[in-house]
Amino acid sequence: MPIRKVMKANEAAAWAAKLAKPKVIAAFPITPSTLVPEKISEFVADGELDAEFIKVESEHSAISACVGASAAGVRTFTATASQGLALMHEILFIAAGMRLPIVIAVGNRALSAPINIWNDWQDTISERDTGWLQFYAENNQEALDLILIAFKVAEDERVLLPAMVGFDAFILTHTVEPVEIPDQELVDEFLGEYVPKHAYLDPSKPITQGTLAFPAHYMEARYTVWEANEAAKKVIDEAFAEFEKRFGRRYQKIEEYKTDDAEIIFVTMGSLAGTVKEYVDMLREKGVKVGVAKLTVYRPFPTEEVRELAKKAKVLALLEKNVTFSVGGALFQDFSRALINEKEKPVIVDFILGLGGRDVTFKDLDEALGIAQKALAGEEFDEVNWIGLRKEIL
Amino acid sequence: MAVRKPPITTREYWAPGHAACAGCGCAAALRLATKAFSEAMEEKYGDPNAFAIAQATGCMEVVSAVFPYTAWKAPWVHVAFENAAAVASGVEAAWKKVGRKGKILAIGGDGGTADIGMQALSGMLERWHNVVYLMYDNEAYMNTGIQRSSSTPYGAWTTTSPPGKLSIGEDKPKKWVALIAAAHQIPYVATASVANPYDYIRKMKKAAKIDGPAFVQVQCTCVPGWRAPPEKSIEITRLAIETGVWPLFEIENGDFHNIKIQAPGGGAKVKREGGRVVAIEFKKPIEEYLKLQGRFKHLFKQPEAIDQLREQIKAMWKVLGVEVTLPKPEE
Repeated sequence: MPIRKVMKANEAAAWAAKLAKPKVIAAFPITPSTLVPEKISEFVADGELDAEFIKVESEHSAISACVGASAAGVRTFTATASQGLALMHEILFIAAGMRLPIVIAVGNRALSAPINIWNDWQDTISERDTGWLQFYAENNQEALDLILIAFKVAEDERVLLPAMVGFDAFILTHTVEPVEIPDQELVDEFLGEYVPKHAYLDPSKPITQGTLAFPAHYMEARYTVWEANEAAKKVIDEAFAEFEKRFGRRYQKIEEYKTDDAEIIFVTMGSLAGTVKEYVDMLREKGVKVGVAKLTVYRPFPTEEVRELAKKAKVLALLEKNVTFSVGGALFQDFSRALINEKEKPVIVDFILGLGGRDVTFKDLDEALGIAQKALAGEEFDEVNWIGLRKEIL
Repeated sequence: MAVRKPPITTREYWAPGHAACAGCGCAAALRLATKAFSEAMEEKYGDPNAFAIAQATGCMEVVSAVFPYTAWKAPWVHVAFENAAAVASGVEAAWKKVGRKGKILAIGGDGGTADIGMQALSGMLERWHNVVYLMYDNEAYMNTGIQRSSSTPYGAWTTTSPPGKLSIGEDKPKKWVALIAAAHQIPYVATASVANPYDYIRKMKKAAKIDGPAFVQVQCTCVPGWRAPPEKSIEITRLAIETGVWPLFEIENGDFHNIKIQAPGGGAKVKREGGRVVAIEFKKPIEEYLKLQGRFKHLFKQPEAIDQLREQIKAMWKVLGVEVTLPKPEE
């Protein structure tokens, strides 16, 4: 029987790693995800997880060691955040290009400068072009579940791409919630053993990995990463369906909440979705037609689902904890691209908020709603809006 | 008729067809290293193929693994410039976990080892991975067109240490990575030369058979980078040993009081105390080594720079516990 324990998202991530039975874990401590390798090291120390845990000297070496282990043909896991993920940046491209299904748990945290340990999504959003799959958890249960699903999808032979699962710094990493820990047997059945046919270092069948490609071959290699991202869309749906069948919890690339008759749909990710759902409940009581769409999967970008979502609303109000300079947020770019050639499309308004751990309050959401309602009424509005700025200290 | 056993296995892991220059000392270094590894694995595990290679970006990587071809007959992985040691750590951990017997060979040039890869190397050595790290030292960034590294010797021309009105070329002494590696108190550290293949093979075999980390730094010529004729590669590296420029030594378990210095040849007089080399009187001046290479050509117009190099070489030998006499050429 599955057991329920009260735990932080970091512990949930460590439990997910334990259940997935990676053979090699390499990690370097960084706030707010430090507890992940700490907890894993306890599992290893107590013999509860039979893995090699490499206590590397940097995140760059953490991901490099994961690449080495994954290239040698074993399931591999690490955890990081913020600057640590940024330090991995170079190797993230390589892991994807070499088609190594490594999974990283990321405690989503702001990037320096100024140095800031609190939550936003700039770290993982900045890695959106590396080829990695990206999942975002709303709560601690999702952190655990999505890591298992990430392994399932990453290792699928139609995909073979690495995956990162983000969960918000402190809001989730350090906050306790009841989490259901699935049965090991069921997880074993769900994931199976990782037996790579493409990446291994076996002296009886020597292969060369990580070669140089001239212009004659480089584009094709990059295209396979594109193709694999496209293929991942279906594989993710299948994995979600199988997960629901086995464990009873339902996931979708875009989870909709009260969207059916909504005029304005807030679009967001991660733990902010929980806040916005509450806010929408409150507005619904007042008769305001609003809903929420939560992106559980950001890469591959769920273009088809976004197009379906767009048919339901007159205004899409994007709530983003990241900045793409002179554009707005990354979602604004992605949504604009997904809808640009649609005949009928909603107005898109972008909101940047909650950076560096700034609380997103109902008052902030009121401000966003006000602007979205102006857009709905056909009045002038700014495409990009920074919400909750303390203008008096600028 | 009796058939003599070849001095090293005829098995090849660095196969013909790679794109290294004619006379490349480093290509010879890699070929010999893998042969030595194979023999060591055969003797230790009964399986000559029981090894895998993790290699840094560098000239030896780009000439050996151009898709869709490969020069490697051993399992081989390249990831990036600075992380061969970290990648090797991961491979070793994976092999350990799946119970695969064998050893990992990490390979990096001087740029990928002495400079950008130094941190990953230190981490790998300190964590005691069962890896031999081979630094092929051609004393500059040859992959990108001959820029100085911290392993470039004093006075050498490179494209980023050009001699000029205000410059004699590279103006810093060479960084000795083998000594840094030894400071980790790892089981085995050695320097080697492609001009002394039996010694090099012996050291690589010894390193490969040790349980734990080992580091070998092998000097090898770069024909375009050293501005040297391809047919002189081995002669030049031999002169490096015979003139005192390139010391051959071994350090076990980081014991700096017990560094095994090898006699250099070339007529040098070696003084020992209690079996330990304490002084070497070299007979051949370093000019004999320098003059065969275009990268040092400008130094001959500034003999004080050569004297400066001589002093640096003496200082380096002193760290090894050896007083050396380096002659000047006869007038």
